[in-house]
Amino acid sequence: MSAPPENPMPKREPGQWQPKIQGIICNWCSYAGADLAGGGRIQYPPDIRVVRVMCTGRIDALFVLKAFADGADGVLVSGCHFGDCHYLEGNFKAAKRMFMVKRLMKSIGLDDRRFRMTFVSASEGAKWAKVVTDVVNIVNELGPSPITEFRK
Amino acid sequence: MAEKKKTTVKKPESKKPAAKTAKKPAAPVKTETKKMASAPATKPAAAPAPGSTTKQEARIGVFICHCGTNIAGSVDIPTVQEYSKTIPGVAWVDNYQYMCSTPGQGKIDKAIKDHKLTGIVVAACSPRLHEPTFRTATKEGGLNPFRFEMANIREQNSWVHMHDREGATEKAKDAVRIAVAKASLLQDLFPKTVPVEKAAMVVGAGVAGMQAALDLAAAGIKTYLIESQPTIGGRMSQLDKTFPTLDCSQCILTPKMVDVGRSSNIDLMTYSEVDAVEGYIGNFDITIRKKARGVLTPKEAEARGIVGGGCNGCGDCDAVCPVVKPNVFEIGMKPRKAIYIYHPQVVPLIYTIDWDSCIKCGLCVTACGPEKRAIDLEAKDEFIKVKVGTAILATGYDIFPIEKKEEWGYKKYENVITSLEFERLICASGPTGGHLVRPSDGETPKKIAFVLCAGSRDNTGVGKPYCSRFCCMYSLKHAHQIVEKIPGAIPYIFYMDIRSFGKMYEEFYYRIQDEGAKFIRGRVSHIQEDPKTKNLYVSADDTLLDRPVNMEVDLVVLAAAIQPMEDTNRTRKLFGVSCSMDGWLLEAHPKLNPCGTTTAGVFLAGACQGPKDIPDTVASAEGAASAASIPIHTGEVELEPYFASCIEERCAGCGMCVNLCPYSALSLVEKDGRKVMQVTEAKCKGCGTCGGFCPGGAIWMNHFATPQIVAQIDAFLLGGGQ
Repeated sequence: MSAPPENPMPKREPGQWQPKIQGIICNWCSYAGADLAGGGRIQYPPDIRVVRVMCTGRIDALFVLKAFADGADGVLVSGCHFGDCHYLEGNFKAAKRMFMVKRLMKSIGLDDRRFRMTFVSASEGAKWAKVVTDVVNIVNELGPSPITEFRK
Repeated sequence: MAEKKKTTVKKPESKKPAAKTAKKPAAPVKTETKKMASAPATKPAAAPAPGSTTKQEARIGVFICHCGTNIAGSVDIPTVQEYSKTIPGVAWVDNYQYMCSTPGQGKIDKAIKDHKLTGIVVAACSPRLHEPTFRTATKEGGLNPFRFEMANIREQNSWVHMHDREGATEKAKDAVRIAVAKASLLQDLFPKTVPVEKAAMVVGAGVAGMQAALDLAAAGIKTYLIESQPTIGGRMSQLDKTFPTLDCSQCILTPKMVDVGRSSNIDLMTYSEVDAVEGYIGNFDITIRKKARGVLTPKEAEARGIVGGGCNGCGDCDAVCPVVKPNVFEIGMKPRKAIYIYHPQVVPLIYTIDWDSCIKCGLCVTACGPEKRAIDLEAKDEFIKVKVGTAILATGYDIFPIEKKEEWGYKKYENVITSLEFERLICASGPTGGHLVRPSDGETPKKIAFVLCAGSRDNTGVGKPYCSRFCCMYSLKHAHQIVEKIPGAIPYIFYMDIRSFGKMYEEFYYRIQDEGAKFIRGRVSHIQEDPKTKNLYVSADDTLLDRPVNMEVDLVVLAAAIQPMEDTNRTRKLFGVSCSMDGWLLEAHPKLNPCGTTTAGVFLAGACQGPKDIPDTVASAEGAASAASIPIHTGEVELEPYFASCIEERCAGCGMCVNLCPYSALSLVEKDGRKVMQVTEAKCKGCGTCGGFCPGGAIWMNHFATPQIVAQIDAFLLGGGQ
């Protein structure tokens, strides 16, 4: 392996707050896209931890709420593009549920920008890196989750 | 609306556990995991999944892979190893250079026996790459293969955080902890084997589809070959000669076409399309739409009781048809009638009616005569259902609409043509009988410019970013044909790089140089026409001599980029195959599984996957045929046991899941005087859409069960000790 190119990521100060971002992504499109980002060595911030499910349709709204209740600073759900779902229409159903989560977050006073659903296909490695970078930037801007702060 | 309402009603009940833990920050990990772990413990009684060992204490073995320096270069393996030892439930931690190698897998085998492990975690590459490998290793050690969980610390860690060793190491620690949490709750699962239908389908009958079908048929497999055009042969039948051997394309293709038509194992369906696909590997139920041809084959005629009737390709109808249309096969350079054949060598030799231009005058019916009675002007589309075990997609390519690159004036200037038009003009069976002429005046051109990379390797957003791979070689062949056929003619080749990478290709390039073709390294910036002579002025920068070139030529040939066929997108969605950014169909792995797709039992052949020349296309077709024949010859396949099942004591019988299931796998049944959901496992594909909704948490998704996923979330967010 040749020497990695110059670090495109912003430098993190020691002791700086690091957001905790929970990713829940589907096996067929977004997980494959995330793997492709790896194959292409497209760099993004390391603040996301991914749970793999077969389809975004599997994602219970409560998984997202559980992550926030546990202290996640952001949650990213990602699946196939509409019409490309490996299981025909799981992503439609997921999207519907995720809208509900967004509404719920607003109503309890949690900034709904902390939660995002995106559509990344198996060939969109660069998009995956961009999505994660975006989410990390937004969460960085918003700061630690008020739920964690409240518990302190 | 109904969905939303339901959730809101049930929310307080099901949200309780989540809310409770949120308010208990002190040592929440253990309690939480235990609470969640209680679900699978009660579960086997309720659901059919076998899991006798769930109650025993988890003893997880963690194996960390260096992958040479791929992982070890960015992740501090000793730190991760030391940390892994502190994770509750971990009984053994080891690391190795390459876990996927024989010694690496041997470590798993040995550790399971030596340390009585109940679950395995390998922190290495993506589960999409090596999950099957390590499952086999887990099985070798005597554990159920589904007690294995992978932590992806390469594709989604070391490779994407190459400059952040600390961040990558922290992420790897978390990944191991998350995987251990899931592995502790995994159950024994047993894949179901299903029989495989002893038949295959090939979609597209170009040279790739024909080769694949011939190979499958030769292996004794009944093969349905589906082609949307009225004849088989595809793009290759439009070509004149093939590089670098200069074989006549028809001479090597038509014998194959005849073989396909003759093979008893091939059920050839031309002028047909795939309409619907249901089922899974081994048991695809495919509906084929046989487009109304308007002309009966001898077989169809016999079925209608017309003995000795049907089309014999005599062409009497063609002679009397009064409608004249451009011939698509000759790219509009020759006329054809409303009742037509593509070219004289078609297989099957059956005429077809173009319904858009037919005026239903009935002259053809009269000409066909009362004996053959082959023409049916009232024909309707037919739908045929077939069952196959595996399928190969060979949908091929189309020419990029090069008129979009306006600077070259295609469709604006008469004497700017594409390479495919050149092929037809230089072909002995083409519209001019093989005499290359200028479209504007029919004169023989003497100075001919070839514009390579026309629309390929184009980052302007108008063309295609990729290399179309065979344009360099066929343009060299065109240059050779000009020099050979037209005395004194000079081909000028405007190129960026000549990519002659195949066997005997570079030698062919030298030969063309010696034959007198002129090579100018530079991309053509624009072309202008002299309105009087219709000659063209080609402008480019000669980047070798560093000077601008403006040259008057008689004819310009654009080596246009290629793109997937328009219909590819519809077909791929039917089969659940992904595509890359450019629309080419996506293989399961570019190097190790180039013919397979992410849909088990569906394979790719030829240029539908990306630009390929004829040798590569035929090779990939043979590869796909071989891969597609394996499950058929094995006779049965294993299905991943990720089925849904119902925990009946929690099921309220609301039936929401029944409506959600895209495969109609769920139903409500009466049991002990109340309604509960029941899963038809053969139909369930394991997406989990039902499980993601169930308000009572009554649906258990094998291997992706709610407690398992929640344990992963908890392990990340609560278990880090930060």
